[in-house]
Amino acid sequence: MVRSRIAAGLGAGLLAASALPVAAEEATLTLMTHDSFFLPEGAIETFEADHGVDVQLLQAGDAGSMVNQAILTADRPLADVLFGVDNTFLSRALAADIFEPYVSPALAAVPAELQLDPAGRVTPMDYGDVCLNVDRAALEAEGLPWPESLEDLAAPALADRLVVQNPATSSPGLAFLLATVAYFGEDGWADYWAALRENGVTVSSGWEEAYYGQFSGGAGEGERPIVVSYASSPAAEVLYGPDPGAEVSPTAAIESGCFRQVEFAGILKGTPQPELAGALIDHLLSPEVQAEFPLAMFVYPARSDVALPDAFVQHALVPASPLSLDPDVIDANREAWISEWIDIVLR
Amino acid sequence: MDRHRPALTRGWALALAVPPLVFLGLFFLWPVANILALGLAPEGELELAHVLHTWTEPFVLDIVLFTLALAGVSTLLTLLLGLPAAWVFARFEFPFKRAARALTVVPFVLPTVVVGSAFLALLGPRSPLNALGTAVFGEAFPQVRLDGSVEAIVIAHVFYNLAVIIRLVGGMWAHIDPRAEEAARLLGASAWRTFREVTWPLLRPAVISAASIVFLFTVTSFGVVLLLGSPRDTTLEVEIYRQTAILLDLPTAAALTLLQMGGVFILLLGSARAQEGLAVQQRLRGASETSRRPRRGRECALVMIILAVTVVLMFVPLAVLVERSLAGPDGYGLAAYASLLEADPRTRLTATPWTSVVDSLAFAAAATLIAGTLGLMAALAVGYRRGWLARGLDALIMLPLGTSAVIVGFGFLVSLDTPPLDLRTSMLLIPIAHALIALPFVVRSVVPVVRSIDDRLREAAAVLGASPGRAWREVDAPILARAALVGAGFAFAVSLGEFGATLFIARPDTVTIPVAIYRLLGQPGAANFATAMALAVVLMVLTALAVLLIERLRGRGPQPF
Repeated sequence: MVRSRIAAGLGAGLLAASALPVAAEEATLTLMTHDSFFLPEGAIETFEADHGVDVQLLQAGDAGSMVNQAILTADRPLADVLFGVDNTFLSRALAADIFEPYVSPALAAVPAELQLDPAGRVTPMDYGDVCLNVDRAALEAEGLPWPESLEDLAAPALADRLVVQNPATSSPGLAFLLATVAYFGEDGWADYWAALRENGVTVSSGWEEAYYGQFSGGAGEGERPIVVSYASSPAAEVLYGPDPGAEVSPTAAIESGCFRQVEFAGILKGTPQPELAGALIDHLLSPEVQAEFPLAMFVYPARSDVALPDAFVQHALVPASPLSLDPDVIDANREAWISEWIDIVLR
Repeated sequence: MDRHRPALTRGWALALAVPPLVFLGLFFLWPVANILALGLAPEGELELAHVLHTWTEPFVLDIVLFTLALAGVSTLLTLLLGLPAAWVFARFEFPFKRAARALTVVPFVLPTVVVGSAFLALLGPRSPLNALGTAVFGEAFPQVRLDGSVEAIVIAHVFYNLAVIIRLVGGMWAHIDPRAEEAARLLGASAWRTFREVTWPLLRPAVISAASIVFLFTVTSFGVVLLLGSPRDTTLEVEIYRQTAILLDLPTAAALTLLQMGGVFILLLGSARAQEGLAVQQRLRGASETSRRPRRGRECALVMIILAVTVVLMFVPLAVLVERSLAGPDGYGLAAYASLLEADPRTRLTATPWTSVVDSLAFAAAATLIAGTLGLMAALAVGYRRGWLARGLDALIMLPLGTSAVIVGFGFLVSLDTPPLDLRTSMLLIPIAHALIALPFVVRSVVPVVRSIDDRLREAAAVLGASPGRAWREVDAPILARAALVGAGFAFAVSLGEFGATLFIARPDTVTIPVAIYRLLGQPGAANFATAMALAVVLMVLTALAVLLIERLRGRGPQPF
């Protein structure tokens, strides 16, 4: 009796396994993204209808983990298109040679400063800025000044007020570390962080813990009035807050010390359908889909000719001169900077 | 007559061991071996120098010591608080016992993101405990602030793992015949001496079994350490995750994984040997016969104190989640629950949160089926037989619990990539991964029971003219069936709450409840936060219901004792 059940089990397993390749033979295009990817209903469906194809979404962890998975599976790619590699991981992905070059006709509408790969292996999709956010009410109640520069955070007036993320485990944390490297230079950033530590900076492992757990503004439940978050977070506070029509957001993004993250998409080498993959990239870069990006993912569209939603115009910040670093410099130093940062701030 | 004549011949034991071995080989050993090979022999040549270099790095030694100390302290504390609770649940009747027992599993399956947020609320700066202290004792009352501390990690570990002790040890305890204890007391032995000399030897294998599971869970603890600890506190598991998923430094990750798996395997072999050597055959009794209402005043008080401590530890954090799911901007209400049914674009899930409930239940059912079938086979082979083969199989089954989820997940990616086994993006991979993690619970629920079935019962049946098969069916099968149901309940719950492995498996757009919660928490806005909490409460209720249902099944049927 036991034996017949094993046989039945094995039979069912084989049946299920053999059914898989059949299902894969339908026209499908797989889009590999990070966990934060989202587009509203209809954005992908129009592409599916136009091209008679089924788009499968494959969400593979955070951006770094997704890139590493794509590199590990380069011989037998998991997907046809990858969306969401950013400038902090771009060099690693390019060095692993996982992308098929493709120049989308829609690139004409994308500012040149976002096109970071001259070889055209990846296409810019959107950008966002990691910026300091402040709790308006808390700073006012305590009579504290808003930080106007990174230096202000190390001043006694703002002692014990700042919460940041660990760059070893958090993407905005890494972006803020890179901002300080870009601002103070490779020789100066270490001293700055030693001063921040002296001044009572708190470190959280990720954005959620910092924003919801430690930050006092908006949806935060903590007691620190300054946090590393995004330039668009004040808009999110209004849209998702108790009063979506509020004139003033409970939080504000600070102009200085912002670091720009640019997200790219690329065609994965080895895809059997490069034309269709290229068409999906064109679609994601079309004005209609790009217009959905701000409210869907709280980023700015790569195209410069797309109108922004009111909440963004009113509450979000587009820093005039965000800090940035060459992706190659980031890739060459990322781990060393993180290790040094851990020694300075945590040990 | 040979007292240790096993109920299972060697041939049958081997036949039973084959399917679980094939499963583990295909979905655990092969993927892990592949990812390790990429790290150990990047150019095709084995490079052991880097392994030795990594092992002798001072920071690695620090991490290993911290990991071991954290797991050791957490396990001891869990035992210290769990054993009295196991005793109360095994030996006493009290109102709502069944519901309370089912609820103890809930913390065990809650995803760390959820537990983390409940603990931050309880132990963080705005802790209601502090407000209470100040209200009662005035401003001078010391403010507790445990977030970002090792203490917070240990408390969360105890919260998570109490269920393992209560259920695995309590399950065994409930079947131990209390008459020997009563006889010892009548003969004048103190309560402590009775426990030490009568109960403890019978209980010891179950305690070691449960403690080794708790140790494994805490030694590979990942989310809790990241969420509640200070970023200073790095465990081996966190470092392996960092080296693999973030740095893609496979040589270092492989060296650390070898260290972790090697240590865990040695520990498991030792624990399997200890359990086998300490197993005592005894006449098991029905749980309903061994428990009663607490009698004297002192006994009553003791039971109530133990229950109170358990309730505070396990249920207060759960109550916090319920409170937060109901709290809205305009006071308390059910808005967050209503939002579970809508495909609100603001939640950024590909479907309504509710579909994740349906998906999760389907995955859990499939995982329970796989883990239940394979686990029962393995448990029979391990439980009825002795020797290195049985011990090896037992340790091998436990090993996935002691292996980094990111290593197994990335192992899947690099090894299950050839048709017909290109399962990398298949939905089948989720129940398979869950079954891998649920298997140890099925085996651990059944093996101690198998080992303690008294051969003499079977022999008596044989003397009365029953064939060996009939004797097994009449004596062993009913006991095993119920033990297997306990294991299946655990497997179902483990699958419902599994988060780590699911997160590392690339998957098409089906999400389980924990992944949906994780995505909701990653989005801005108070509405998403409340929806995530509501989904966590749904997960809690589902788990409790599933366990209650399975316990009810267990309660019916013939009573063999």
